[in-house]
Amino acid sequence: MWIQILLIAAIVVLAVFMMRRTGADSHLAIRRILMGLFVIAAVLSVLFPQWLSWLAQLVGVGRGTDLVLYALIVMFLAFVYTQYRRNVQLQRQLTLLSRKLALLEAEQATDSADRTPEK
Amino acid sequence: MPATVPPPHTPDRRAWVIIPLYNEASVIAGVITDLRREFTHIVCVDDGSSDGSARIAAEAGAHLVQHPVNLGQGAALQTGIEYALAHPDCDYLVTFDADGQHRIEDALGMLAMARSEDIAIVFGSRFLDDRTDPGWVKKVVLKTAVWVTNMTTSLKLTDAHNGLRVIRRDAAERIEIKQDRMAHATEIVLELGRTGLPWREYPVELLYTDYSKAKGQSVLNSVNILVDLVVR
Repeated sequence: MWIQILLIAAIVVLAVFMMRRTGADSHLAIRRILMGLFVIAAVLSVLFPQWLSWLAQLVGVGRGTDLVLYALIVMFLAFVYTQYRRNVQLQRQLTLLSRKLALLEAEQATDSADRTPEK
Repeated sequence: MPATVPPPHTPDRRAWVIIPLYNEASVIAGVITDLRREFTHIVCVDDGSSDGSARIAAEAGAHLVQHPVNLGQGAALQTGIEYALAHPDCDYLVTFDADGQHRIEDALGMLAMARSEDIAIVFGSRFLDDRTDPGWVKKVVLKTAVWVTNMTTSLKLTDAHNGLRVIRRDAAERIEIKQDRMAHATEIVLELGRTGLPWREYPVELLYTDYSKAKGQSVLNSVNILVDLVVR
């Protein structure tokens, strides 16, 4: 059935994204395009609810609702993935920031210790 | 200091010891005191300890570098390396665990080997002889870690997760540990391997005291290490 192909394709694309490193700009562009497509699809489904069911039948799913559920699952996976990447990035920044701070503090402590003559 | 009995030899000024420190208040003072007999510069990187380890380390005479929050042992190691490299009189770095399971004699032996044979990196290995008995569960975990490490790096080691290493300045300058948590042990091997500098393993004994056994990595943690390595 078509839906199986589509879902597997979505999962594979997600996996490929997971493997490669983040290229910030292209990711943003892709997100915007997807967002645009989502808006169009959402508006269309509100205006013509039977369109969704038609599309669902076309790809081999019984009802439009089921198709929405599948789409939601794929979206959720994508969300988990982007959040994971973001977390890794934030952790890296936090590490670099903390290290800088730790080294600066240690340097300061040594400087002040050098200035106070030892007894 | 008033006149005391002069020490039999002067401590090493050009090899800096780096100790990642996280909640080891009960043992850290002893470890530093013992090390100070052989080394002038002990760098303790406190990784956000909550039990006063940092103060104790500073009082015992270590250089104290303090992370404002807990980041993990790999991050602490990298911070210590950068601190030591900022001092021009540092030729060699010795990474040492805070829980007192390493022997100072081993560290000295590794340094001597690095200096006399012009080796850039010396890894401590507990599996080159049979002095250390980690128990079979731990052995399986450690051997798995070695296997993964050897698969992903160009080096063939017998023990990947040993905290005792000697790294020459030029090698240390070329590595940057990005794995904050425990997977750094494999990462450091990977990066050191990439430098293409001469390396060697050195047989060391690990003192599995009740204290270090209680604190050691659990089997579950090795799952984390594997996932950290595969999912980057």
